[in-house]
Amino acid sequence: MGLMQTSRVKSPWILHFDNSSCNGCDIEVLACLTPLYDVERFGMVNMGNPKHADILLITGPVNRRTARVLKNLYDQVPDPKVVVAVGTCASTAGVFHNCYNILGGVDKVIPVDVYVPGCSVRPEAIIDGVVMALQKLASL
Amino acid sequence: MLEQFILVFATLVGAPLAGGLLFGIDRKITARLQGRYGPPVIQPFYDFFKLLGKEHIAVSRLQFIWIYGYLVFMVVSLIFLVLKSDILLLVFLLGFAGVSLVLGGFSTKSPYAHFGANRELLQIMAYEPVLLLFAIGVYAQNGSFLISEIFKQDKPLLFSLWPLFLAVLYVLTIKMRKSPFDIATSHHGHQEIVKGVTTEYSGPYFALFHLAEWYEIVLLLGIISLFWANPLWVGILIALVAFLLELLVDNIAARMTARWMVRLSWSIGLLLGVINIAYIYLTKGVS
Ligand code: SF4
Repeated sequence: MGLMQTSRVKSPWILHFDNSSCNGCDIEVLACLTPLYDVERFGMVNMGNPKHADILLITGPVNRRTARVLKNLYDQVPDPKVVVAVGTCASTAGVFHNCYNILGGVDKVIPVDVYVPGCSVRPEAIIDGVVMALQKLASL
Repeated sequence: MLEQFILVFATLVGAPLAGGLLFGIDRKITARLQGRYGPPVIQPFYDFFKLLGKEHIAVSRLQFIWIYGYLVFMVVSLIFLVLKSDILLLVFLLGFAGVSLVLGGFSTKSPYAHFGANRELLQIMAYEPVLLLFAIGVYAQNGSFLISEIFKQDKPLLFSLWPLFLAVLYVLTIKMRKSPFDIATSHHGHQEIVKGVTTEYSGPYFALFHLAEWYEIVLLLGIISLFWANPLWVGILIALVAFLLELLVDNIAARMTARWMVRLSWSIGLLLGVINIAYIYLTKGVS
């Protein structure tokens, strides 16, 4: 791996976006940042600004309102980027699948690279998903 | 002449290395203070190279000129320091660097960048007078604005200018963008509204911002080490202790409002400076 690839894998900055989740998955995403899991060990930082992010962590099913926002955020993240759908809802819409306002999983709006199932998803699984996303990022 | 070229070259290469490492140590110590393990010490370099390899999304053409301006002014003021040139000019160049960053923020349409730029402007208003007073203090003590003159004195500046030293420490917190004064942008995610003045920089241009910050930290610690220029290693030690103190303050302090920062800086910082200079002139007699 070249210097660029190594740096890419070592410094994934994360953008966390909540579509319309029940907040269960969001709490687990934030749990990753706490001293117990401390993802900053791997250089991961929760950015809160799409223009600085590398990895999008999307939670919750897409509804008619958030679809546009999600698309917009995805376009604002500079390449190379990867998308991780965190939780069953983000992957398939889960328990919300036949609600009147729900379009479906995140992949209905933007391309998804890694699906992390679970309701709610465990922090270990999120970290695992991000590591898988990093492997993809290294090969881009 | 050749010696000076080598010195400048060594600064251009060495300062970012030292600055990046300092920021790595910063992140490590901050993590330890928060009970976390923390990223590797060379993490800032990973971030830097990753950002270089990313796509840049242009939102305005002027923005790039200003970020280059920020970098160039910062580098030039550092060169002024290592060549032991005029300290007054150095302070003004530092001001120009800050203003470039502000204009970079204003050159985009993003309201978040505008917020950040406004706050950066307030920061400049807060620290620039204090630094100016520091330069005047040096003049009052040595009768010259030249940094080389500081090195010729046997007695360290710290003895006569200790109130200004405290004021400059305060400036260090503002310039390092550490709590309680991480007003314009912050190093930790989710503190400033989106990312303040740097919101609209992406990819390689954000990397340039980081590079400028590395030069900046070396410059600031350099200015602090001037307080004990003879022998210089004591000064550098003082600067490093000040750096560690800053990290401690960052982790135990909450974020304050910009107005609070300006008020404190203008009351206590300026008061310390003015009393200091007045005292020097009273004891020495105006000649
Ligand atoms: S997957 Fe479960 S925990 Fe996560 S947002 Fe959906 S319902 Fe909530």
